[in-house]
Amino acid sequence: MTQSLPKVATREAYGQALVELGRENPDIVVLGGDLNKSTFVHLFAAEFPDRFFDFGPAEQNIMGVAAGMAASGKVPFVSTFSVFGMCRPFDQVRVGIAQPHLGVKIVCTHAGILTGEDGMSAHGIEDLSLACSLPGFTVVAPSDAVEAVAAVRAAAKTPGPFYVRLYRPATPVMHSEDYEFRLGVGDVVRQGKDASIIATGVMVATALETADALTSRGVSCRVINIHTLSPLDEDVIATAAQETGGVVTVEEHLSHGGLGSRVAQVLGRKAPVPLEMVALQGYTESGDPALLIKKYHLAAEDVEAAVWRVLERKS
Amino acid sequence: MLDSGLGRCYNAPSRRIERGAGDDCIVITELAGILRLPLRRLFMTRGAAIAELPGIARESRRNILKMIFEAGSGHPGGSLSEIDILTALYFRVMRVDPRNPRWEGRDRFILSKAHACPGLYATLAARGFFPVADLLTFRKINSRLQGHAHVMTPGVEMSGGSLGQGLSFGVGCALSARLDGLDHRVFVMLGDGECDEGQVWEAAMSASHYGLDNLVAIVDRNRIQNDRFTDDVMKLEPLAQKWEAFGWKALEIDGHDMEAVVEGLETAATVQGQPAVVIARTVKGKGVSFMENNPAFHGAAPNEEEFQNALAELA
Ligand SMILES: Cc1ncc(C[n+]2csc(CCOP(=O)(O)OP(=O)(O)O)c2C)c(N)n1
Ligand SMILES: [Mg+2]
Repeated sequence: MTQSLPKVATREAYGQALVELGRENPDIVVLGGDLNKSTFVHLFAAEFPDRFFDFGPAEQNIMGVAAGMAASGKVPFVSTFSVFGMCRPFDQVRVGIAQPHLGVKIVCTHAGILTGEDGMSAHGIEDLSLACSLPGFTVVAPSDAVEAVAAVRAAAKTPGPFYVRLYRPATPVMHSEDYEFRLGVGDVVRQGKDASIIATGVMVATALETADALTSRGVSCRVINIHTLSPLDEDVIATAAQETGGVVTVEEHLSHGGLGSRVAQVLGRKAPVPLEMVALQGYTESGDPALLIKKYHLAAEDVEAAVWRVLERKS
Repeated sequence: MLDSGLGRCYNAPSRRIERGAGDDCIVITELAGILRLPLRRLFMTRGAAIAELPGIARESRRNILKMIFEAGSGHPGGSLSEIDILTALYFRVMRVDPRNPRWEGRDRFILSKAHACPGLYATLAARGFFPVADLLTFRKINSRLQGHAHVMTPGVEMSGGSLGQGLSFGVGCALSARLDGLDHRVFVMLGDGECDEGQVWEAAMSASHYGLDNLVAIVDRNRIQNDRFTDDVMKLEPLAQKWEAFGWKALEIDGHDMEAVVEGLETAATVQGQPAVVIARTVKGKGVSFMENNPAFHGAAPNEEEFQNALAELA
């Protein structure tokens, strides 16, 4: 089903949204690191050359400058790849942005293994874990281009530090233009009673595909899109666990510290039920993204197998 | 065995020739316990005549294009600008043993601008570290030739991909060599855009602080980085004076004139009491007219027609 949907790159939708935001809010400034076409902030640079700053690949410096601008009343958006915007300058983000709770908006593209052929150094599969580890950071992993635009708009008007995770390739667009994004509120995209599939980012499409496949085999799955990983909607997760009795989490990220870990914390405290995590277990390699998804067990069939394991453990 | 359309393999390990030309490596490895270092240095360099080097580099240029075309992605510009220097290093200046890539007495080469790994892979294959045929697996799943240099490849010293880290690694190698009383040299290749990274200058300061005259940095001064010309992104000049102010001996050479390259590298390697940097003036995309000085070919594969034209130019 998701195969037939139109595809748009979240980073491209972001670049266009940023231009609109620039027109609406003169305090928005954008900082880039020599990847400005890739992150699509070159669109903003073209329209607002005075509010755009390129520092070259010097991400530690960029984060410090952005912190200073935020402290001076600007709304700085920093864009680079997720490995260079979260992994590389982590201490600058931690001490310079998170601890003083400054309103720097870090919008990173090329997250996860969908970056494919560039290989493991380019695969940002720790970014959610790192971002979620920072108290006070809002962390959003949009599932498609429509949600990406909504997330970026939310970032512009939400005080404090914000991380948004975007992808390189065009991905299926599941939401219609009138979709109402609610920051911090998990979105139940499908009701179901036998098990819950809780997914984030691009894997929401995979979760839906799996739920479809399972429907035809008599299994009814609830599908929840956790676009906001921090603050986490604990209620929607606990309710799903209580009502369906088993949970599968799905993310294109390491199992440590990402969605699966965060859901496990909620279940442990509020609603212990069988939990299976579909996530990366370690570092990967170069390759075509679709082949990597298969080799590293993030495909719909892997989600389906996890659901069957949960059903078995339930009984 | 090497019938891949990928040119001749210099010193390739081959079952057929057990003790042929260029096999000084084997002999020396066996005699390693008996011979002491100065002699080993003499034997382990391939000592190619300077007149031989441009032909090897030309073949590597062709292989760079074949790899990137076959992969459908990769970084031709910085691979073509660095290749004359890599050829001089591996075929003349450095002592290495392709049959024993981790031989303790080897000179180290660190490709800090690890996106330009096609140049390194082509050179390592030509020198016999692995079969030339393997080059066509570049960036494919299950390959040893990752999209950014990684230590899984025989002959690759450091995993990279995040700019700015190689010189620090080189400082570590050079300090260790001194501690262990070993006389090998450490060469680190940096991009000019990469010099925007603050870590480069932290490493530079520490190298001169410790008087690391066994360390040589090479800056591939091709004047282009990811998006644009370096002058537009972040001014670097006066670059030589910057290095000198950080306590380095700086040399400037034409990075495509083999005589100058060999002489510059050898001179830099014999500087006493301080580290040396070779600033190599190069042309990004060198050897392919439409890639030369063209920022568009920093990180883009040629299409079929461009590929054929490029090969024809390098015939
Ligand atoms: C920390 C980090 N930030 C950003 C990038 C993305 N990036 C890849 S290559 C490149 C430009 C490098 O330019 P230069 O060092 O001049 O390399 P060359 O011209 O030799 O290819 C950038 C910004 C990166 N690899 N690492
Ligand atoms: Mg350059």
